[in-house]
Amino acid sequence: MQDLGIRVLFMGNNFIRLLGGLWITVKISLISVGLSIVFGLLLGMIMTLKNPIVKCLTKIYLEFIRIMPQLVLLFLVYFGATKSFGLQLSGEVSAVIVFTMWGTAEMGDLVRGALISIPKHQYESGAALGLESRQIYRYIIVPQTLRRLLPLAINLATRMVKTTSLIVLIGVVEVLKVAQQIIEANRYTVPDSALWIYGCVFFLYFIVCWPVSRLAVRMEKKWEN
Amino acid sequence: MEGQEKLLEIHHLHKDYGNGAVLKDVSLDIHKGEVLVLIGPSGCGKSTFLRCMNGLEQIQSGEIRLDGEVITDPKTKWSEVRQKIGMVFQSYELFPHMTVINNILLGPLKVQKKEKKEAEKEAEQLLERVGLLDKKDAYPRQLSGGQKQRVAIVRALIMKPEILLFDEVTAALDPEMVREVLDVMLELAKEGSTMVIVTHEMQFARAVADRIVFLDGGEVVEMAAPEQFFTQPETERAKRFLDTLSFE
Repeated sequence: MQDLGIRVLFMGNNFIRLLGGLWITVKISLISVGLSIVFGLLLGMIMTLKNPIVKCLTKIYLEFIRIMPQLVLLFLVYFGATKSFGLQLSGEVSAVIVFTMWGTAEMGDLVRGALISIPKHQYESGAALGLESRQIYRYIIVPQTLRRLLPLAINLATRMVKTTSLIVLIGVVEVLKVAQQIIEANRYTVPDSALWIYGCVFFLYFIVCWPVSRLAVRMEKKWEN
Repeated sequence: MEGQEKLLEIHHLHKDYGNGAVLKDVSLDIHKGEVLVLIGPSGCGKSTFLRCMNGLEQIQSGEIRLDGEVITDPKTKWSEVRQKIGMVFQSYELFPHMTVINNILLGPLKVQKKEKKEAEKEAEQLLERVGLLDKKDAYPRQLSGGQKQRVAIVRALIMKPEILLFDEVTAALDPEMVREVLDVMLELAKEGSTMVIVTHEMQFARAVADRIVFLDGGEVVEMAAPEQFFTQPETERAKRFLDTLSFE
């Protein structure tokens, strides 16, 4: 029988190492998504203000972050910050900074969209019942905003998880890098291991993102108005 | 209406959005149990007038009194006043994330802090009256336009307001749904509710009103009993307005 590449997965602690790499991916994603939600909520609320200077600044930030490829941003922070400012940022910290900046911009825009999509008469009919401003937000505006926001925010989160695969290029040893290392180490003994190892990485990403995106679909169905 | 208790008094009300007056020196008394219908061409200020009555629009000068007390003061606690002045809007403004019963209960539970069981019983009785008890647990998206408006009326009624404002509540409805909403309003009128109604349904206005107020260009042009107004309007402007509505 031909030598199967899958064997490599169970040699030594290869599988555990892959899971370790996955943890780095998940950890960076979780921190970035968490920070993006907090800052994004703030940014989104700021973006609904009518002040022209605020509008202009947030617009520039949003467009800048969106137009730049994430890889360029990663290089800019990781190499640029080190060379120009003498900051010794680790790859992981750089990654968190870049993904938080990006996530905040995207999240902010989603929050702004959700907030302005609540029609004015929703505020008014709350007021006409005698509800106070605080109550109107608590019982009418915020629940509707969250319903519109959640599926979109979850989509953004899965996109962020996937994009973390770029951080290989600034030397962070995450799941994809570990996979590469394993394949390289076994190049001569098991030349066809690439398919199996990358296949395994594929499933690991799938296991992380699939439940999250299912959740988004289910919420969308449950809350469609 | 002489001698009856004045519920809402409006004196010399002036409203301006910054590009010309929308309401000019409007004065009007609404008595307890009276049904007042505001009519007039589009843009004459009738909806704005209605919205001034419960503070959704700020006024520039003038005064509104409810039960003798000034409510157009900067210190007015609108959340208290609005419990006494219910309002139903043109667009279906139910809260889409809540079921019918929860839409209705929001006011009694959160504003009036009523007992849940008691409020629920009242809500069910009112829903029964408008023929929608079976829709209690439905979401607004599952209702027709006419049904939504009837729920909106119940939501205003359960607060036991002293006066009800209706802002073109049938204007956004399909023609076959108009009747079911108007019937509810007619019944309320018969029971002696005090109402101010803005409408384009002239036959309904004639049937329901104790008094017609004709507004044009932000002014009260004519005020009369419905029969008198529709058969022998006094002013030229009212005549012209009524002429545009008939095909004879």
